[in-house]
Amino acid sequence: MSEYAIEMRGITKTFPGVVANDNVTLQVRPREIHALLGENGAGKSTLMSILFGSYSADSGQIFLDGEEVFIKNPNVATALGIGMVHQHFKLVQNYTVTENIVLGMEPTKGRLLDLKSARAKVAELSEQYGLSVDPDALIEEITVGQQQRVEILKTLFRNANIIIFDEPTAVLTPQEIDELMEILRKLKSEGKTILLITHKLREIKEVADRCTVLRRGRYIGTVDVSDVSEQDLAEMMVGRAVKFEIDKPEQAAGSVVLSLQDLEVRDGSGLVKVKGLSLDVHEGEIVGIAGVDGNGQSELLGAITGLLPLAKGAILLDGTHIEKLTIRERIEAGLGYIPEDRQKYGLVADFTIAENSALKNYYHERYKKRFSLLDFAAMEKDADSLIEQFDIRSAEGAATKAGSLSGGNQQKVIVAREISLSPKVLVVAQPTRGLDVGAIEYIRKRIIEERGKGRAILLVSFELDEIMNLCDRIATISKGQIVAVNRQDEVNEYQIGLMMAGSRVEGAQ
Amino acid sequence: MTTTKKRWIESDGAVSVLVVLMGFFVGTILVALVGKNPLNMYKALLQALSGYNIDNGRMNVRYIGETLNYSVPFILCGLSMGFANRVGLFNIGGEGQYIMGLTLAQTIALLGPQVPVVHWLLAIVAAIVIGAIWGGMVGILKARYEVSEVVSTIMLNYVALYLSRIICLQLPGATTYKTANFPKTALIENLFFQKITHNSLLNNGIFMMIGAVIIYWYIMEKTSLGYGMRATGFNKDAARASGIPVVKSITISMAISGAFAGLAGGIVALGSFKYGRVLAGMDNYGFDGIAVALVGNCTALGTTLAGLLFGLLKNAQALMQGKQIPKEITFIIQGLIVIFIALRSALKLYQEFLDKRKLQKEVGIK
Repeated sequence: MSEYAIEMRGITKTFPGVVANDNVTLQVRPREIHALLGENGAGKSTLMSILFGSYSADSGQIFLDGEEVFIKNPNVATALGIGMVHQHFKLVQNYTVTENIVLGMEPTKGRLLDLKSARAKVAELSEQYGLSVDPDALIEEITVGQQQRVEILKTLFRNANIIIFDEPTAVLTPQEIDELMEILRKLKSEGKTILLITHKLREIKEVADRCTVLRRGRYIGTVDVSDVSEQDLAEMMVGRAVKFEIDKPEQAAGSVVLSLQDLEVRDGSGLVKVKGLSLDVHEGEIVGIAGVDGNGQSELLGAITGLLPLAKGAILLDGTHIEKLTIRERIEAGLGYIPEDRQKYGLVADFTIAENSALKNYYHERYKKRFSLLDFAAMEKDADSLIEQFDIRSAEGAATKAGSLSGGNQQKVIVAREISLSPKVLVVAQPTRGLDVGAIEYIRKRIIEERGKGRAILLVSFELDEIMNLCDRIATISKGQIVAVNRQDEVNEYQIGLMMAGSRVEGAQ
Repeated sequence: MTTTKKRWIESDGAVSVLVVLMGFFVGTILVALVGKNPLNMYKALLQALSGYNIDNGRMNVRYIGETLNYSVPFILCGLSMGFANRVGLFNIGGEGQYIMGLTLAQTIALLGPQVPVVHWLLAIVAAIVIGAIWGGMVGILKARYEVSEVVSTIMLNYVALYLSRIICLQLPGATTYKTANFPKTALIENLFFQKITHNSLLNNGIFMMIGAVIIYWYIMEKTSLGYGMRATGFNKDAARASGIPVVKSITISMAISGAFAGLAGGIVALGSFKYGRVLAGMDNYGFDGIAVALVGNCTALGTTLAGLLFGLLKNAQALMQGKQIPKEITFIIQGLIVIFIALRSALKLYQEFLDKRKLQKEVGIK
């Protein structure tokens, strides 16, 4: 038996214009939980896709238990005992747990499907690893955490010895995360080797034995987790010292600027997604909406910004009803919006930075010349000053196409535009999703600055860290309803997690 | 992430030129394969372009005039397609808008007041307006009720064709294929052009076409209306979230798009014919306009150049036949050009492949 269950030597993989993995080495011992840490774009997913056979490396070797293997496609990986739990589950909603698990390798008796023996095996595996999943439940009826366990069962059913988890906690509540950590330990004690892709340091400290760090496609190092602090890991990941906490000066909130009153919003198919939701946001205050993705957040945002119709209720901005106004009228009334999906709703990728910066006010007097001509020179000048103020890095300044910018700089363009319009209310959704640590720090700092200027800020985020760090008050949403509104200092993440799952907490208002 | 210098292949204009050359190249091979001399094809094209007959050394400027005249509806229908395309719409209804423009121009030519200038001007303006209405209807259906513009424009093409027949058959002196001659006041002929081009059909329509090209460029690139439309075309969701009135953009753009095609119909009716036609089938300018816009990348200049090319090919048809080259070769070349345009993404893939190879060499991988 070799020292390593998995050894990837000198893996290099290039995509057009990018070296995703540059001579990366990964050595995973048998029966350990090995974390793979790196920022977005560091090459973690590429490396795991190579191990799982989704991509082939340009060069490098892979050894399993000391023997060189050639993993041409995921079927080979499965045959070699490698399983992967994807971030986005690959499950059929109206099939049962058992049916989903056997999908693609249905057991037969003669020519007939034999679900009975499969069901028994699923039940047995579920028992053995403490997963407590009902083999007969429909996927659409079980929670996200349980769906993830179905994915784990899928790999176990296929006799996986090595299980790769791709950002497994992104979609879970804190309680579900705790349970997952427990499952990981159990899998380890039953002899499985676990590879955990993540950028969450706390999880690594909690559960992993060793950790390999990648930065910009390169191998930085492998450490014993017990020897290092979270701060050390962060520095390895980013390449410089990182500040975790943001300075947020104490500040008294002013009068109500945004008032949501008894909102009801339906989605495209007429289902009620937000029901009876009321919330006030004051001047100089950041109110966070905490909740698991899909609990009505996007419908709520749509209703406030005017992208979705409001079925019932009223939205007041500075005392004026805006629920019947057009999107443009709401913007004119002082509503700023930093959307969750920045590529879809925030930017026109084929427009330059200058054109994108003027997307909401291009028709103003400021950009008008004779004969209804647009003053592109004025646009560029304004964009130049935003580029300077917000430190937007681009190849050709204001004339750079937004689509060619990095994610962080794209977000800066949006943030710059929204802030430059001096809105009274700033609605912010997932402002740091997919950004690197440096950009996250910067964007958060800017949001705090806007709070200092007296803006009323409504922040929707699925990252509890972000909510706890930035917000003055936290409204927890579950199934389209606000469960409770708490001051940031009177709740902890654990209590919010419980409320996200729908239960009320003692002492909360 | 490394930023690479802009290469020629990324320039849409350069790709269009390449695509046209490829079309001619394959066309040449085809002519040779059927046993004809490809040189004769190029002789015909040269004559259509410059009026110079290389075989007998004679010059006839009329051919230049005809090439230009043929180009006018191609360019205008190209603008029609291009304008909608820039807003993210696919206007296949150029043909119907063209037919409606042509029909109303013919009707006013025969029934309108025979006052100099006023008469033809009225007919042209009416052609533009009916084109705009015909296109705008589609825009409203699309913007308000999410009716696919592809389906509604195709259907309206047929409505336009048969409506045109019904109307034109009622016009004075109508037979199954033509009406009475137009009064002189309705024609947009240009006597000066006729004199210098040996009686070609080149007429005042060319000025209107040039005006249309300038208006197209001006609206699209310079005005806030065009800015909103381009934003809508590139990313409808972001445009909407930014408060750009997307519904209005779509409706207006389809109306403007229709106006270009309607103008084309008016110019052909009053410039190329001295009588009204009772259409038995479509003239296909509207459909060819789709190809023109694609080759021209929907820009004002590109569409103009592509329209000139299509006019040249059309004018060369008769000359080719005179030199024993089947005139269908021009359609084949047009078709090839469209196919190669569609292959543009394949070219990009090939370029990416080359990039990757180069990068791998740089980082020292076998």
